This record gives sequence, C-alpha cells and structure tokens, in this order.
Amino acid sequence: MSATTIETSEYASSYLTDGFTLRSWLLTTDHKRIALLYLASITFFFFIGGAAAALIRYNLLVPEGMIASAETYNRIFTMHGVVMVWFFLIPAVPVTLGNFVVPLMLGARDLAFPKLNLISWYLFIIAGVIVVYSLFAGGVDTGWTFYTPLASEYSKGHVVATVVAIFIAGFSSIATGLNFIVTIHRLRAPGMTWYKMPVFLWSLYATSVILVLATPVLAMTLILLAFERIFHVGVFDPALGGDPLLFQHLFWFYSHPAVYVMILPGFGVVSEIIPAFSRKRIFGYNFIVWCSVAIAVISFLVWGHHMFVAGTSIYSALVFSILSYMVAVPSAIKVFNWIGTMHKGYIRFDAPMLYALGFIGLFTIGGLTGLFLAALGADVHLTQTYFVVAHFHYVMVGGMVSAFFAGLHYWWPKITGRMYPEMWGRVGAIIIFIGFNFTFFPQFIVGYLGMPRRYHSYPPEFEVLNVLSSAGATILAVGYLLPLAYLTWSLRYGDRAPANPWGATGLEWRTQSPPLTENFDETPIVTDPPYNYPPPEVVQRRV
Amino acid sequence: MWLFLATEVLFFGAIVLSWIYCRRWNPAGFDAGAQQTQLGIGTINTVILLTSSLVYSVGLAFIEAGNRRRLIQCCALAWALGLAFLILKFGIEYHKDFAQHLFPGPDFAINGALGGGARLFFVFYFVSTAVHGIHMIGGLILVGWIILRARGDEFSPLYHTPVVVVGLYWSFVDVVWIVLYALIYLVGRGS
Repeated sequence: MSATTIETSEYASSYLTDGFTLRSWLLTTDHKRIALLYLASITFFFFIGGAAAALIRYNLLVPEGMIASAETYNRIFTMHGVVMVWFFLIPAVPVTLGNFVVPLMLGARDLAFPKLNLISWYLFIIAGVIVVYSLFAGGVDTGWTFYTPLASEYSKGHVVATVVAIFIAGFSSIATGLNFIVTIHRLRAPGMTWYKMPVFLWSLYATSVILVLATPVLAMTLILLAFERIFHVGVFDPALGGDPLLFQHLFWFYSHPAVYVMILPGFGVVSEIIPAFSRKRIFGYNFIVWCSVAIAVISFLVWGHHMFVAGTSIYSALVFSILSYMVAVPSAIKVFNWIGTMHKGYIRFDAPMLYALGFIGLFTIGGLTGLFLAALGADVHLTQTYFVVAHFHYVMVGGMVSAFFAGLHYWWPKITGRMYPEMWGRVGAIIIFIGFNFTFFPQFIVGYLGMPRRYHSYPPEFEVLNVLSSAGATILAVGYLLPLAYLTWSLRYGDRAPANPWGATGLEWRTQSPPLTENFDETPIVTDPPYNYPPPEVVQRRV
Repeated sequence: MWLFLATEVLFFGAIVLSWIYCRRWNPAGFDAGAQQTQLGIGTINTVILLTSSLVYSVGLAFIEAGNRRRLIQCCALAWALGLAFLILKFGIEYHKDFAQHLFPGPDFAINGALGGGARLFFVFYFVSTAVHGIHMIGGLILVGWIILRARGDEFSPLYHTPVVVVGLYWSFVDVVWIVLYALIYLVGRGS
C-alpha cells in the first residue's frame, strides 16, 4: 500500500501533453481523449436536460401551473426525457468512464477499433445537434416514448427531426457496443482470463450485448414511425388500419433492455469502488458477474409490463409480471454481495465511497418499488402516476447518476492527473443524496394518492407534496453544480495525483496518472486474482 | 462481424415481424397489394443476387488457392451483378410502381375495402426495399474496396480476412433479400 501511494511525482509526458492543437483532439483515435470528448458532450446535455427538469419543478409549484400552457409543459418534459435518456443516461458510463478505463483495465493499448470509436462520437454529436435544433425550433410534445397515433398523426412538434436524432444516436450506441465486445474478447493482457477481469468489464460486456441486440429494433420502429408521419399511412395508427399496440411492443422491446443499459454499468462502477474502499476482496465474484449476464438476458423478456393497461391479454400480462419479478433476483443478489463485501472490511468514507453507498440505498428503494409496479394488480392502480416517475428516477437518477459521479471521482485522478478536493467531494455526495430524496420521495406519496404524470396542473390537495418536491430539486441542483465547480477547479489547482491514490488493485492503477498515450510502457502480465486486497490484519491506515 | 450481423438480423427482424403481424389483420388487402408487384423483375433480381454471391464465394476460394487475378475478376463480376440489381430495382421497378400510383401517397391506386391493407403493404414494400437498397450500396462500396486492395496485392492465402468478412456481409444482404422476395412477391399471389 504504502510504497505506491506516497510517491507523488510529476510526469513529463502523458496522453494530455501529446499534442495541443484542436486537430489533435478532434481527429484523435486515442480512447482516453475520445472519452474526454464524450465527457464534455454529455455534461452539456446533462445540463440541458437538467434545465428542463428545473422548469418542470418550477411549473408544478402551484396547482394551476406556474409557467405556461399545457402544450409548453408537454414540450418541456418531452425534451427532458429525450435528452436525459438518449443523450445522457444511456451513453454516460460506457462512453466516458468505460471508454477511458476498459483498455487500461485489460492491459491493452486501445480499443479494438479506435477509428470506429471516433466515428461513434461524431455520430453522437450529429444526433445531438439535431436534437438541439428541434429543441430550439419548437420542441416535441409526445413524451419520450413517442406513442402512436399521437406521435404519428396529431402532434404538432418536430417529431421527425427528434426521431432522426435518436436513430443516429442509436448507431453510435451500436458502434460502442460492438467495440467493447470485440475488445474484451481479443485484447486481454496475458494472464487476464475471463474470471480475472474486474466486474466493471463484465457489466460493460452485458451492457454492450443489450446495445447491439436491442437498438436495431428501435431503429426500424422509428423508421416506420417517421414514414407513417410523413406519408400518413397507418402502420401504427388504428384509424388507418394499423395497430398502436404494435408500436408499444416494438418500442419497449428496445426500451426496457435500455433501462438495464442505464443501470448495469452503474453496478460495475460500484463493484469496483466498494472493494477498494473496504480493503477487501469482492464477495461472491462469480455471482456478481453472472448476475450481470442474467439481467441482460431477462431484460429482453419483460417489455410487456409497460402495457398491462394497454389492452394486452391477461395471460401475457401474467407471464410478463412473473418475468419482471425474476429480474429482481439477480439485482438483489448484487446488493447483498456489496453488503457482504463491506462486512468486516476496513471502510474509508472517501467521496467515491459515499456516492457508492448512496447508490446502494437509492437503487434498493428504486428496485423495491419496481416490484410494486411489476405486480399486476398494484400496477393497474399505480400506472401513469407519479409513483412510476419516482420509481424510475430512484433507479436512473439516484442509482445511475450517483454511480456515474462515484466513478468519475474514483477515476478522476487517473483521468486528469489531479486530485479533486476531498472535503468538497464528500459535501457534494451528501447534498445530492439529501436533495434527491427530498425531490423524489414526495412523488411516491403523491403518486400513490393518485396524481397522474405528465399534466401541467393538479388538484390543490397535492400542493404541499409538490412544493416539497420542488424545494428538494433546488438542493439537488446545488448538488450537481457543486461537482462541476470543484472538479473544474481541480483541473488547475488540484494536487498532483500519484499513480494509485486509493491503493486499489486493477491494471489501470499500475500505470502513471495521467497515463501515457500508449497506456503502458510494457504490456502487463496478470497473475493475481481480481480484487486481491490483503487480509484485514495486514491493512494499515493510509499515510 | 458475426456480431454486426446479429444487429442487422434484429434490425430487419422488426420490420418482418410487423409485416407479418399487420398482414394477419388484413390478409385480403395485403394480397391485393402483392398482386400489383412486378414478379418478373423480382425473380430476375433474385437470380442476379444469388449469382453475385456465388461468384464472390468462388473468388474467395480462388484467393485461398493463391490466385489473386481470379479474385479480382470474380469481385468485379459480383460488383457488376449487384449494380444490375440496383438498376433493375430502383431504375425500372420503382419507376413502374410510381407510374401505377402504388406509392402510398394521396393518389394511391387501390381504393375501396382493400385499400387500407394494400396501402400498408406498400408501406412495408417501400421501407424494406429502400433499407435493403442502402445495404446493397454499402455492399458495393465494400466489394469495390476489396477489389482495390486486391489490386494493391494485399491479399494472400495466409491473409485475406477482409475478403471473408465482406463475403459474410454480401451473403447476408442476399439472405435478407430472399426473405423479402417471399414476402413481397410470393405470399398472396396465388389467391
């Protein structure tokens, strides 16, 4: 522990000093630089989506709605959903943290297809530009799900432009997924067997499989939707002989697995951080990695639970209900494994660990309320209420965004070569945790009481809970702006980071911070099992 | 590459599924649509495309035996056949379809009770053939790239992985066409 962590030195060259021109960034094929390009892009989209969320909460301060017409409100929440889902949550961890650390963890020089990696970023940017265009051109009012026939016939917004953007972003996802799968198969360092890989790689592998297999279905669905809208023919429109349920089937065949695209990488990040800050080997490695794979497989079989009240047959609803319960099993196993890892560990509460602990708590609440919704009878009462909104925000925002921040803080020294200010890191983690619960817990209650989602006004009896929620949102906003401020600050003024500030295992910590363009001076050879932390009695406090 | 093809299978799978599903609700209308298609051109195109794949595979066999010149000739023939397919499909068949007002726009030819189904049929027809056509164009670019690299003497019996990979793709585009051929031209013609 001590020898590697104490030394602090300034490295003469790294991937950051390998060229300073704009061209050296925009035409780079270095996975680390592409990760930073992505990081900048998704941060931009996160704050666009966040601004929309702030407007939503502002509007719901009073029962009759603060801002505007129902139509404007519809456009705001649609933009929030579209931007957050496709331009932040789905890419967030894989393309930034994943892009950066996958080759480092494998002991490889780069991803298998570096140029494809760069192309995927450009696709993402093109898609992003189109989405921003449709935002400024007036937006879309269909909700992020684009249900027909609203989206195909009646909506007045820029549905086609948005759909094209999502279509292009989908190709970016597929390219990333392919790249990760091939990289993990082909570019492992000598000695890095499948069962010696860090859990993060397994979870990204499972994520990539979903991306590669589910995204094309969405692509074709969106083509048909755009065609229907442009030429007024009825694939999905009942008035013209189509079937809206077909759209929902196809849409959720993609979008439910996509939910696991958003959460599985989070599991991976947390599985790295918990052992590192508990100084213990991860508990039940095989269970954790195979649970990731199991979640990926089952995720393809549960899409029907979005349509319990949409007129599917009662028998198929029963089957989908049972299958949805099955997803809870591997998810719960993971939670117990993380707790098992911490048990009798030597726990340090640095900022990444605080975020990771927040993740476990919030994800567990989100997961358990998911069971309410998987239950057929309860879902009929709760569907389309704020209960659903609160549930998926607990999983997506409480879970995934916490995990993203956990990973960002954990690998920040490796990415930038600078330490973030630890005290502010902890404060940020706690503010986000408090603000998040403040914002979304009232929504469980208000949803249970029957407040429907996606309306710009509500009956006066829900006012107290909505005001609470909006107040919480301001705390949450502070919590998100704080890391933006101190992480930016640390780029210039942070302490120089040593190669391995956390005393963690994993190949990415064996090279300098920030790494060379080539990652390693010589290809590492793996002999240790993963998470090979010394037994507790040997561990001493870090100096 | 196999992985990429898995993506493609799901991509086309979605439209084939929707197609069959919609057909079930309105078989008569779909049949009415199918009867307006150009069976002759479709069949010729099927033959052309299958031949093209065959020729390409022969070329692959040649490079495995070390005959680079024959590989180039085979690829060129496969490329020309692919181009012929596109010309027949988009130059002639689409032209006829538009002339007969079969594009599902305002002046669609088939009206009355069967109109809705026939309209839907042609939605699927145009979307799927257009998407397939884009894949064909991608394939032509890839085969052309193989020709250029083969001319630069880059392939040998020991190294010809790109030839194999492009071959996989070229055959896949074929397989998609076989499914589409059955759906477009054959189903519903008998009734």
